[in-house]
Amino acid sequence: MKFGIVVFPGTWSDRDCYYSIHNICGQDAVYIWHKETDLSGCDCIVLPGGFSYGDYLRTGAIARFSPVMDSVADFSHKGRPVIGICNGFQVLCEAHLLPGVLRQNDHLQYRCQWTYLKTENNATPFTAKCRKGQVLKIPISHYEGRYYADDSVIKELEDTDRVAFRYGTPSGEVTKEANPNGALNNIAGIVNKQGNVLGMMPHPERSCEDILGSSDGNIIWESIIASI
Amino acid sequence: MYIAKVYITLKPTVNDPQGLTIRGALHTLGFSTVQEVRAGKYIEIKIEENDLTKARAEVQDMCKKLLANTVIENFRFELEPLKAF
Repeated sequence: MKFGIVVFPGTWSDRDCYYSIHNICGQDAVYIWHKETDLSGCDCIVLPGGFSYGDYLRTGAIARFSPVMDSVADFSHKGRPVIGICNGFQVLCEAHLLPGVLRQNDHLQYRCQWTYLKTENNATPFTAKCRKGQVLKIPISHYEGRYYADDSVIKELEDTDRVAFRYGTPSGEVTKEANPNGALNNIAGIVNKQGNVLGMMPHPERSCEDILGSSDGNIIWESIIASI
Repeated sequence: MYIAKVYITLKPTVNDPQGLTIRGALHTLGFSTVQEVRAGKYIEIKIEENDLTKARAEVQDMCKKLLANTVIENFRFELEPLKAF
């Protein structure tokens, strides 16, 4: 299958996504410059991490108006898989393809560290190869990753099982101490109503080989591959 | 020509760690009267438009579409006439 990796000015994790998808998982991958609008031939769209448009105004706020984003929205409305990682998650929220917003970490520090994600929903195309409750060791690297939405949206996400991942301990307990940024309900990743759009702050592409400290991130690509 | 002075503020229900940190620094500096600090954004926009109603509608649209994220932010603005150069 073919992954399309969107590149905005300021995207920095595109090459890591390419490496983990192509070199590690053996799939085709192409870069899609944000001025392009043709996604034909792609089976999954990846919005990678970075600092699109320098994070000016708000993270993701300007990237969401790039020409490619109309095509990404159409692609997602057809029920096809879209994954936004870190800045990609922020862009998806600004584009209203996912609810809520990613705010500055509550401690106002940039955090680059391992996190342990508890898989809350393994019935999505992105988590299908995970066991329910499986803990994935995947790193974060962000200053603005604190998931926030108003009470009614949080309730809806919880009631409809749309929280894909929560920050937890290595044994999978969801605790305040295991929350690296103050995200509401320890939310690390969510899916849209249809379940075909995932946003997550941690970087699966940076945990793709044991030499990096973990290869747990591959299970997300493998889940997508298995679901296509 | 008009100049729009746009103020973007966090909704009262949204936690503002930046404001809390600024408050802490002001307390450290001895400004013990400081009760609360909320940080926001200020943006100036010059608009080539002579009709006040149209200018107002346009700025309103800009705020909703791009300048503010209404999930967490409120906005307000003032329009002042500018002499054409």
